[in-house]
Amino acid sequence: MNTAFEHPTYNYKVVRQFAIMTVVWGIIGMSLGVIIAAQLVWPELNLGLPWTSFGRLRPLHTNAVIFAFGGSALMATSYYVVQRTCQVRLISDKLAAFTFWGWQAVIVSAVITLPLGYTTSKEYAELEWPINILIAVVWISYAIVFLGTIKQRKTSHIYVANWFYAAFILTVAVLHVVNNAAIPVGALKSYSIYPGAVDAMVQWWWGHNAVGFFLTAGFLGMMYYFVPKQAERPIYSYRLSIVHFWALITTYMWAGAHHLHYTALPDWAQSLGMIMSIILLAPSWGGMINGMMTLSGAWHKLRTDPTLRFLVVALSFYGMSTFEGPMMAIKTVNALSHYTDWTIGHVHAGALGWVAMITIGSMYHLIPRLYGETQMHSNKLIAVHFWLSTIGTVLYIAAMWVNGILQGLMWRAVNADGTLMYTFVEALEASHPGYVVRWIGGLFWVVGMLLMALNVYMTVKRSNTESQPLPQTA
Amino acid sequence: MNNLWGDSLSGFWSGWIIVITLGTIAFCWWILFANRKTDKVPDAEGNVDTTGHQADGIEEYDNPLPRWWFMLFVGTIIFSLGYLALYPGLGNYAGLLGWTQENQWDKEVARAEERYAPIFAEYNDIPVPELAQNAEAMQVGERIYLNNCAVCHGSNAQGGYGFPNLTDDAWLYGGTPEAIKTTLNNGRNGLMPAWQQLGETNINNVANYVLALSGAEHDADAAAKGQPIFAASCVACHGPEGKGNQALGAPNLTDDIWLYRQPGQPLLEAVLQTLRNGRNGHMPAQTPYIGEDKVHLVAAYVYSLSN
Repeated sequence: MNTAFEHPTYNYKVVRQFAIMTVVWGIIGMSLGVIIAAQLVWPELNLGLPWTSFGRLRPLHTNAVIFAFGGSALMATSYYVVQRTCQVRLISDKLAAFTFWGWQAVIVSAVITLPLGYTTSKEYAELEWPINILIAVVWISYAIVFLGTIKQRKTSHIYVANWFYAAFILTVAVLHVVNNAAIPVGALKSYSIYPGAVDAMVQWWWGHNAVGFFLTAGFLGMMYYFVPKQAERPIYSYRLSIVHFWALITTYMWAGAHHLHYTALPDWAQSLGMIMSIILLAPSWGGMINGMMTLSGAWHKLRTDPTLRFLVVALSFYGMSTFEGPMMAIKTVNALSHYTDWTIGHVHAGALGWVAMITIGSMYHLIPRLYGETQMHSNKLIAVHFWLSTIGTVLYIAAMWVNGILQGLMWRAVNADGTLMYTFVEALEASHPGYVVRWIGGLFWVVGMLLMALNVYMTVKRSNTESQPLPQTA
Repeated sequence: MNNLWGDSLSGFWSGWIIVITLGTIAFCWWILFANRKTDKVPDAEGNVDTTGHQADGIEEYDNPLPRWWFMLFVGTIIFSLGYLALYPGLGNYAGLLGWTQENQWDKEVARAEERYAPIFAEYNDIPVPELAQNAEAMQVGERIYLNNCAVCHGSNAQGGYGFPNLTDDAWLYGGTPEAIKTTLNNGRNGLMPAWQQLGETNINNVANYVLALSGAEHDADAAAKGQPIFAASCVACHGPEGKGNQALGAPNLTDDIWLYRQPGQPLLEAVLQTLRNGRNGHMPAQTPYIGEDKVHLVAAYVYSLSN
């Protein structure tokens, strides 16, 4: 790393580290996704080995994309944004470095333990108790660095992006600790302290807020900095950001129960999960509107700026999946969609369309600036990456919509005598073409990420050889 | 915590849920209306003044909330309050419709019973062998079979490892209509004890004797040594000639049909495994799931497979 580009005031080192690892974990996590998608098309690819079976690689995929890729992206951008918007260096370089190495250690632990079969079996919280303790320690350090830096700010006002980052950091700390409360019975085995339906409710309180705070609030923070920066336009509405921020964080907390419709969860809790999910529609869309309308007066830039295109299409997918979510939370819709591929399609409309695309757009803005450049090595490669990601996402979610609705309808179809019209395995057979299309969509994504890695490599290399001075910025 | 998840909540928890639910909704309503300021006049471009905040060069306009968005927000809140009036949600308040997921289930089951039960009842008086000749009935029977039995016995009913083939003439518990119905109604538990206490040499000898019973390739010396052990320990269930006993579900060892043999597994190895570790076969009772009328139909279907 060329220290000539070290910013005189800000700690860019930790930002660079997280930014590079965002790309690395993106490639690894999405490749794992492509492997398990292929296993659903060709089950032989499980290889008959426990370590490579779908059941073990699937949690590795989700952990790698959410916590390794998404987590690194959030930490990179939040450290960058909080310094730039508060005009102050991170309060502790050492603690910031600890969050980087600690977080990477968490992920490496996941890469080792999950294929070996160590799991709590709680979705998106599969890691066993010693790793959970490490996560808690790293996360609290992250909170101290981030919030401490805000406290030291040289500006009177806390910028909206930082509200979202702060809400995400604080709630994830609480959610992680509560959901992973467990009694250890061995070095890598523990039992949840909650019984039965309470355990399920706590799990989905966490599970949905992993979506709501980790994958939504955090990335809205990213959006609120990188969209106006890249578009070079003011944010559309300050008051809209106030209303949608407070309403979003208040209602998201309630929505988890919609994962447990028609289960042992009491009716009242199911109903509250449903109505809060519906109320969540407008607060979610507030973020989309604020991002989209920020572009008014700058729409022409989309023709020439593929980075901005990533950010805008991310907002479109965000709007689409936050409309779909409340609809799927309605009991009658859920009765059709639950347990089908529709759910997986919905998750990926958010995960690929929103989370990954807003991240990639932000990284294409951020990475050259971290290395004393203003542009990525190749704008053309960004444009190709954009189309690969967009087409990949559309293939993925369209295949899962078709599969999900097909499965939902086949499972409930009855003959004139009341017997089921299709067996489970017939619905599975009918899903096969969709699995092929989904796998191809995933391939598009991985190819795009490899192009990104090449582009990032060339950008960093150019910066190391050119040795131009860092432009002084406010 | 028990009260929170029982059939009804204690007064405190019920009140707590009502307060925080309505409080959350009221907060959303308040933050929405508190920011409904529309006195800002847009300029020619449709924008109003910025707030004056500056964050790393980013400015903020203070445009009013989009009207359609405002109405959407209000609409979802009104819908939710209506839903909470009609359905359970606010603690112990049951809702005006009296809906519960249990009574929705009960109603749907009752409706299905009313509609479909006569179809099955019609077949109920027809004896199994006669029903097995009725093409229409067998179509219904096959559907029931495919959705309830095929997961173990296979969609072609030829079974698999640990799951009996239903299309041949070999029956663990008998293939008469009555025996099939008994199996379906009550389920079966097959138990072959483990014989480790005999020692590995004796187990090997007995296994060779068992192979000899069906004329399979075997070590004749070992089989000869195994015969007295078989006579002492195995005949109680499998009979003196090894032909099994359907009253106990003990399989016939002379017919060269093997329930616990993996595809491609040498027969001796499979039998040794059975003798060393024993086996537990479990056929679940079907009446609790599909009722006696459907059991009658599916019994006829299974009967038709081998008759």
